[in-house]
Amino acid sequence: MTPSSPRETLITTIAGLLDGVRHVAVGASSPIPAAGAMLLRAMSEVAGAPPVRISILGSVRHNFFTNGSVELFDCAGQGRIDAFFLSGGQIDGQGNVNLVGVGDYPQTKVRWPGSFGAAYLYFVVPRVILFREDHTPRIFVDKVDFISAPGTSPEGVYRSGGPYALLTGLGLFDFDAARPGFRLRSIHPGHDLTEITDATGFAFAHDAAPAATPPPDAATLALLRGRVLDELSETYPDFAAQLQRETSEDA
Amino acid sequence: MPATTDIPSLARLIEPGMQIALPVDYAGVSMAMTHALITHGAGNLDLVCVPTGGLQADMLIGAGLVRSVETSAMTLGEAGGAPCFNRAVKEGGIVLKDATCPAIHAGLTAAQKGAPFSAMRGLIGTDVLRHRPDWRVIDNPFGAGGDPVVLIPAIQPDVAIFHATMADRAGNVWIGRRRELATMAYAARRTIVTVERVVEDDLFETETMAAGTLPALYVDAIGIAPNGAWPYGLWGGYPADTAELSRYAAAARTTEGFAAYLADTGAAAS
Repeated sequence: MTPSSPRETLITTIAGLLDGVRHVAVGASSPIPAAGAMLLRAMSEVAGAPPVRISILGSVRHNFFTNGSVELFDCAGQGRIDAFFLSGGQIDGQGNVNLVGVGDYPQTKVRWPGSFGAAYLYFVVPRVILFREDHTPRIFVDKVDFISAPGTSPEGVYRSGGPYALLTGLGLFDFDAARPGFRLRSIHPGHDLTEITDATGFAFAHDAAPAATPPPDAATLALLRGRVLDELSETYPDFAAQLQRETSEDA
Repeated sequence: MPATTDIPSLARLIEPGMQIALPVDYAGVSMAMTHALITHGAGNLDLVCVPTGGLQADMLIGAGLVRSVETSAMTLGEAGGAPCFNRAVKEGGIVLKDATCPAIHAGLTAAQKGAPFSAMRGLIGTDVLRHRPDWRVIDNPFGAGGDPVVLIPAIQPDVAIFHATMADRAGNVWIGRRRELATMAYAARRTIVTVERVVEDDLFETETMAAGTLPALYVDAIGIAPNGAWPYGLWGGYPADTAELSRYAAAARTTEGFAAYLADTGAAAS
């Protein structure tokens, strides 16, 4: 078997971050988080662990909601969704997420789509995983220009959820709500601390010599390249084909 | 029921300054109405996107018919950002009412119940809330003190417009599990629906179909528009035409390109 690709390491890392969840919701255009959730589901089945439910939003086939698009939020508000993924045009060191734009609102210089459900889900989903493959100082800023969703809330504000980890193409960070701030947990193979520091616009805690993100072991890789790839290609055919090309023998 | 109405006549039901509710891209967008609305030309519209907007809202903005947009997001999905919306934001050409998905549902649900507002969690400490002077924060009156919650006023659109698979002769509309379409219709003063087809069967004949049926009580006018969501897809019907969405995204990057696209597809639609 060819060695794992960077994306396979990301997918495996996501499955690890989701360990123990019963229900995870994934956005319609988030193939890597979806793959991570599918890998976790497959691994749980193999291990005889309780089943994992995955809701892929916007999908007809992998979405079992019958009460329209409000059901996700109602479900989350009751604590029935354990994990969710958020990205951001900007993410800052306090875990604040900006999905609206760069510059002064409302006439922002750059306008992104908008906050979607983030201004709610970040408060009520216990394990929100911030995921952004690109890792640049433009994205990871000291302070966001617009708070679509705050990393932490003052005492007395109802908050059963929030950021759990930040995963990028360079490394994995844990979030510490008490500080608040991120701590680098591990660096992906092929990258180093200087590269991450240079690419991050906020200060973060780290060990003197941070750990390396472990690549998938042989059993996980076999599951990923077999069953998970098949499942993935039903919903994300282009991405599945790309993933397969990245790891094919003659690549 | 209302007998079916031709699409241009449906568009003429819209008056300048109305508040119009439009559904999210996968729920059943009446793209068939978009060109008719642009030809009709009623402007100063206040759009409510349930809960996000895309091609239809972007085209109405590009055509200069929109005064304000209340939405949780505006996007063409895989095809990228909404170009006319983005341009209008940069130029300050529209009033923005940025929201979050459940807040839009909360506003509509309040109107559905005839209640003045709904209360919701989340939002505290966001700039979304900071820029919404029409929303209020109160301490939970049932709590022991503190515990702020956000109040979202009822959203009662003048008109809701959407597309669905079928209607029956009595004007009942089958919406399947796309319940946000029902929420829109319950909340709005009037509802205009385009459908792929009108069926001879009574949609209330079986409980299986009745469960996914919006009663004619909430439907004011119906038009027949085969392939009426195109280039969006229709659940249980046809997939989105992603090539066409990308073609629009590229064309509408400039006002000239948008005008050319409109002339091109408008001619095809009529």
